[in-house]
Amino acid sequence: MKILSKEKPGKDLTKFVIEAPLIAQKALPGQFIVLMVNKEGERVPLTIVDTDKEKGTITIIFQEVGYTTKLLARLNQGDSLFSLTGPLGKPTEIKNYGKVIILGGGVGIAELLPVARALKQAGCAVTSILGGRRADLVILQKEIKEFSDKLIITTDDGSLGEKGLVTAPLKRLLDESRYYGLVFCVGPVPMMRAVSELTKPYNINTIVCLNSIMIDGTGMCGCCRVSIGGKTMFTCVDGPDFNGHEVDFKELMNRQSRFIEHEKEAECRLHCRIRDTEK
Amino acid sequence: MAKPDPKQTPMRQQKPKDRIKNFKEVPLGYSEQEAVLEARRCLQCKHRPCVSGCPVEIDIPGFIGLIAKGDFKTAIKKMKEKNALPAICGRVCPQEDQCQKVCVLAKNGEPVGIGNLERFIADWEAQSDLINTPSLNTPSGKKVAVVGGGPAGLTAAGELARLGHRVTILEALHKMGGVLAYGIPEFRLPKKIVEREVKYIGSLGVDIQTSFVVGKLKTIDELLAEFDAVFVGTGAGLPWFMGIEGENYNGVYSANEYLTRVNLMKAYDFPNYHTPIARGKKVFVIGGGNVAMDSVRTALRLGAEKAMIIYRRSKLEMPARIEEIKRAEEEGAIFELLTLPVRYIADEKGWVKQAECIRMELGEKDSSGRRRPVPVEGSNFTIDVDVVVVAIGNSPNPLIPQTAKDINLGKKGNIIVDDKTQKTSKKGVFAGGDIVSGADTVISAMGAGKRAAWAIDEYLKTGQW
Repeated sequence: MKILSKEKPGKDLTKFVIEAPLIAQKALPGQFIVLMVNKEGERVPLTIVDTDKEKGTITIIFQEVGYTTKLLARLNQGDSLFSLTGPLGKPTEIKNYGKVIILGGGVGIAELLPVARALKQAGCAVTSILGGRRADLVILQKEIKEFSDKLIITTDDGSLGEKGLVTAPLKRLLDESRYYGLVFCVGPVPMMRAVSELTKPYNINTIVCLNSIMIDGTGMCGCCRVSIGGKTMFTCVDGPDFNGHEVDFKELMNRQSRFIEHEKEAECRLHCRIRDTEK
Repeated sequence: MAKPDPKQTPMRQQKPKDRIKNFKEVPLGYSEQEAVLEARRCLQCKHRPCVSGCPVEIDIPGFIGLIAKGDFKTAIKKMKEKNALPAICGRVCPQEDQCQKVCVLAKNGEPVGIGNLERFIADWEAQSDLINTPSLNTPSGKKVAVVGGGPAGLTAAGELARLGHRVTILEALHKMGGVLAYGIPEFRLPKKIVEREVKYIGSLGVDIQTSFVVGKLKTIDELLAEFDAVFVGTGAGLPWFMGIEGENYNGVYSANEYLTRVNLMKAYDFPNYHTPIARGKKVFVIGGGNVAMDSVRTALRLGAEKAMIIYRRSKLEMPARIEEIKRAEEEGAIFELLTLPVRYIADEKGWVKQAECIRMELGEKDSSGRRRPVPVEGSNFTIDVDVVVVAIGNSPNPLIPQTAKDINLGKKGNIIVDDKTQKTSKKGVFAGGDIVSGADTVISAMGAGKRAAWAIDEYLKTGQW
C-alpha cells in the first residue's frame, strides 16, 4: 500500500505507482480498486491503469475533483494508503473484435490505456479518439498511440488536433464504414452519453465504463446502482462496463451529483486545513 | 430460598429525549449489585431448559450461579468455554425467543435477564483488564482460511484456534466485524466492543487480513492450495429493492448503504469523517425487521423531524424484536402499518420528494403462516419524503458463488450445506451464517460457525469428507 512513485501528468492529475503485489497478479483491464486515504476517509473507486506483476505494483491516475482526491494528491512517494482493496469489478471483455474505435475523455484517457493495450494485443485494429478541453488536458497521447493504428485528438478550444468534441470524428468514421466490432468509451458521463446516442442508429456494439459512486465495491450496499435496459444493476459487481445503448444516462447524471453540496462543505474544510498547516 | 421476584432487575438506560441526540448506547448496563440481584433470581433448574434454548449451548445456570456468588472471574471463564463473543451476544441476541423464552420463571412472571447478565459479565471482564484467553490445544500443523470477518467467521476462527489450528481470516472491508461493523448501529452495539472482541480473536493467534476480497484476489481453489480447509461466512450481500418506479432517485438508499455510511464510515460525524449522507427531515423506512428499526432510529439521530416505518402487514407480523420496536416508538418513530409504497416522485433535480402508497388489508394466511396483505383498491395516497431507506432484506453475496462453480447453490443464491457439519458440495469447503441461511440473527451465524469449526477439526484429523 506504499506509494513508490508520484508524477503529475497534467493539471490536477496525479499518477501513483503503488506497492500491491497480490492485486498486480490478478488485475485485468477494466478492473478497479477501492482506496481510503486515511482512517476518517471515504472509500473511493479508481481504475487500475497499469500493473507490473514482477515488481508487484499497480498504477493509478486520478483527477482532483473533490475532497478525497485532493487529499489523495497531497500524499507523496513513501506514504502509505490507509486501505487498498481490489481488483474489483468484471474485467473488460477482451477479444479480437476486428476494427474497433476507442474513445477517452479527460482523466478517462488513463482508464482507456489498459483496454487499448489489451485490444491491440488481442489483434484488434484500434482507432483511438482522445478528447479534452485544452491540449494540456489530453494526457498519455504517446502511450495510447503505441497501441493505436490511428490516433485522433480533439480539443474544445482547438489548441490541439481537431476543434470540437470526440463525436465529430466518430461520426465521420462511422459514416465511412460501419464494420466496427466495438466502440469503447470512457470519460465524463455527458461524453459517454453522446457517444452512445451517436452509435445507436448505426447499431454498433458500444461499451461504456461507468464511474459510479461506491462504498464497499463488493455488491453489499447498492450505492452504485444504475438502470441498464430498465433493470437495476450494480456497477461494482455487474460492471463497470455496460452496453452504452442500455444505460439510463439521465439517472446516472443525477446520481453522480448526489453529494455536490457535501463536497463543497468538505472542501471548504480542506482549504482551511491547508491554510492552517501552511501557516 | 425465598421466592424470586417475578420482575427482572431493570437495566438503566438513556431517556428517549436525550438518546435521539446522540449515537451512544441506549442501555447502560448492570452494576455489580444489580447483576448479583438478577443472578439470584435464577432457580438453577436441574433440567436446564435455557441451555437447550441457546444456539451455542452456553452453560447458563453455571455462569449465572457464579455471578450470584460474586465470582465474576470464574463466571466469564465459564461463559467463554462456549461463547467467544459474549459482549456482542448479550446485546444483540434475541434472548426473548431463545434462552429466556424457555426460562421457568417466564411461566409466572419475567424470565431471568440472561442477556443482561451475559453483557454484564463480558463488560466486567473488559473493564477489569483481565481478558482470559482459553488454553489452546497442541498445534495441529493444519491451516484453515476463514472467509469473512463477521459473526460466523469470528466464531469459527476462535473455535478453530482453540482446537490448535492455524487460522487466517480474510475480510473484504477495511474493518473486521462484518454486519457488526457496518450494519448494527453504534447505539445498539458500540464499535469499541466489536474491536475488543476482534482483538480477543487475534490474541488467540488468528492472523487477520482486511481488504482481502476472496473471489477476486484469490479464488476458493487457490485458497485450497494454501490451506487445508476453507470456511465461507461472507454473509448477506446484495440488498433487495422493490422494483418500483423511482427507486433510483437521489435520496433513496438501501438499508445497507444507509447504515454502512453511518456505522462503518461514520457519516454522522461528517465532515470530520469524509463520507457524506443525506440528512433527511422526512425519512421513510420500508420494512418491519430489526434493520428497519435500526434505520429509523438512525434517521432520528441524524435529525429527522418525521421518521416513519412503512410496513405492509400489521405490527403483530413484524419480524423485528419487540424491544427494538418499543425503542423506536419511544424515540418517536411513526408507524404507517398496512401500507405499501407503489412509486416515488422526484423534483426536477432527481431528488425524491413524495412516495405514493396504497393501503393494505390482511387476507388469508400464506405459506409463512402470516396473514397475507392485500392492496385496498383505490386507497392510494402520497406522503412527503426526502430520504427513503429500503430495508426489505438481502440476497447472499454473489462474489464467491460466481467464482467457485462447484459449490452448490439454492434458488436464492445461498450456499447449500449439510445441517450438522456445514459442509458444502466442494471438498474441504464449509460455509455458515447468512450466506447459507439468508438474513438471520448474529447468534445463529455464530452457532453455524461453531458447528463448522468442529466439523473442520474432525475433517482435518481424519481426512474424511
